[in-house]
Amino acid sequence: MKRTPVYGMMAEFDSAQHLVDAAHRTHEAGYLKIDAYSPFPVEGLAEAIGFHKNSVPLVVLIGGLLGGLSGYALQYWISVVSYPINVGGKPYHSWPAFIVVTFEMTILFGGISAVFGMLALNGLPMPYHPVFNVPRFAFATKDRFFLIVFSTDPKYSPSETRRFLEGLAPRSISEVPS
Amino acid sequence: MDEQRQPATIGDSAPVIEPGYTFGTVTDKISSIVLTRPTSNGWFLGFGIAFLLTMMMLFAVGYLFVRGVGIWGVTIPIGWGFAIVNFVWWIGIGHAGTLISAILLLLRQSWRNSINRFAEAMTLFAVSAAGLFPLIHVGRPWLAYWLFPYPNTMKVWPQFRSPLVWDVFAVSTYATISLLFWFIGLVPDLATLRDRSTNRAAQIIYGMLALGWRGSARHWHRYETAYLLLAGLATPLVLSVHTVVSFDFAVAIVPGWHTTIFPPYFVAGAIYSGFAMVLMLAIPIRKFYGLEDFITERHLQNSAKVMLATGLIVAYGYAIEGFMGWYSGNRYDAFLLWNRLHGPYAFWYWALLACNIFVPQVLWIRKLRTSPTALFLISGVILVGMWLERFIIVVVSLHRDFLTSSWGMYYPTRWDWMTFIGTIGMFLAAMFLFVRILPMISIFEMRTLLPEAEVKE
Repeated sequence: MKRTPVYGMMAEFDSAQHLVDAAHRTHEAGYLKIDAYSPFPVEGLAEAIGFHKNSVPLVVLIGGLLGGLSGYALQYWISVVSYPINVGGKPYHSWPAFIVVTFEMTILFGGISAVFGMLALNGLPMPYHPVFNVPRFAFATKDRFFLIVFSTDPKYSPSETRRFLEGLAPRSISEVPS
Repeated sequence: MDEQRQPATIGDSAPVIEPGYTFGTVTDKISSIVLTRPTSNGWFLGFGIAFLLTMMMLFAVGYLFVRGVGIWGVTIPIGWGFAIVNFVWWIGIGHAGTLISAILLLLRQSWRNSINRFAEAMTLFAVSAAGLFPLIHVGRPWLAYWLFPYPNTMKVWPQFRSPLVWDVFAVSTYATISLLFWFIGLVPDLATLRDRSTNRAAQIIYGMLALGWRGSARHWHRYETAYLLLAGLATPLVLSVHTVVSFDFAVAIVPGWHTTIFPPYFVAGAIYSGFAMVLMLAIPIRKFYGLEDFITERHLQNSAKVMLATGLIVAYGYAIEGFMGWYSGNRYDAFLLWNRLHGPYAFWYWALLACNIFVPQVLWIRKLRTSPTALFLISGVILVGMWLERFIIVVVSLHRDFLTSSWGMYYPTRWDWMTFIGTIGMFLAAMFLFVRILPMISIFEMRTLLPEAEVKE
């Protein structure tokens, strides 16, 4: 994102319903680089700001498959190649006995990829962010809902965008310094 | 999370959250326990006692490291003793936390939202207490890393056909996933605490832990997907963990262990004891912190029903064990049954049946299901019963096996008791710290239960 003195224009709303409606209207008005902030997951909000692509499931699938394959490969290599031991005449490659560890490794890698994949895709941890410059934004984790139009949006203009956001009847509007 | 959109009341049952709350009041009520409420004398007293018990455990474990496992009551033929009894008991208790947070999430049970956070914390601390026992039982705990497959100069590797190695993987995966699940659920609430606290140090610490969470719609979207997938992964995991624990027994040929009923019966028993522990923690917490509006009669009732159901599965397990003693025609199995009912540990077997089967049947009475005091006491009885069950499984099967010449008796020593009671102290000390420094109820998930969270397209 290009560094500009202003990060965007932010509007504050009272309810989740209000925010979703406002996000829909902003998106329909042709603003593409927008984001919304809420104190809990609001259904339909991601779609309202035009966010559809979610790669978390793919990351988890790949992580889980890698975990399962590496778990099985580890056991095969140890029990057949590196350290073959005859236990009660069982074959070296006694696959039924290897299922448990394969399963656990699938879950372990899948779970780790879910958490760290989600954080990485979200760009977290990121202790500093311009939106925190708005004092009212502290309520985004309590009971207020925010909508921002980024200054990188081609349609962004300080006066036009402010007028547009005022038309959505927000509780307050503030310019977010970068 | 769609399941939270369902109405707060279903039929005539008590609500999941009392009416009249808003996003702001829910946030303030839960976060004020951590941020503004003065720490009570009761908290210091409780934490102090738990802390002293923890010190007692460290003393017992320290002495164990100096002298070796000979200070315990374990001798051949009973090589497993308290360490394994306590390991199975603790890890079973942990299962209710994952059941509440993962399985009930998938089943869209919105009532879980007010108890999942501290149930997950309970899981974490119970698994820590459980993990301690195999480590100190191996005799040379400083070599416990030999359990893991790592390239070494001895050129040896673990034996993957052994259930004990499966257990290492199952329990360490379980601990890792439980920690991740709990932490990721905390992140949005840590951001709330960051923004609510006025103390600079608290702002910095909560701010670091919150990872810069700002509640962006994109973030929430990925967050919910990741959370749901994690729940989907944790569900088979939790069922597998106690299954693998039961394999530690069932794969051996010892009478009373070598049976196919063990996996489902262990899992049911785990959930049974876990819910008993959830209730034993939830009932005092909701009373002392005035959280009756969030942890309502509905939660108590539902937990009681889960205990009733899993208790009946456990009873079925006992019945099948008895039946197989007769039906198998195996004289060692038949003897085991006789020995349980009439042998030297018969009193404890009958006590186990009383605690796990007979007493919990009073939960059929609605009045007792909704009485916190009664539930607290019944949960205590169930926890004792489930501990006795593991004692009977471990000790009674081992003490008299195939040859009369190898029979013996098991007498726990004071070091066994000090270690066991000490882990209860450690568990409680961790719970005391948890309710003091972290939000014990998920604030953001409680917000989604409010009617104003509803959005129409």
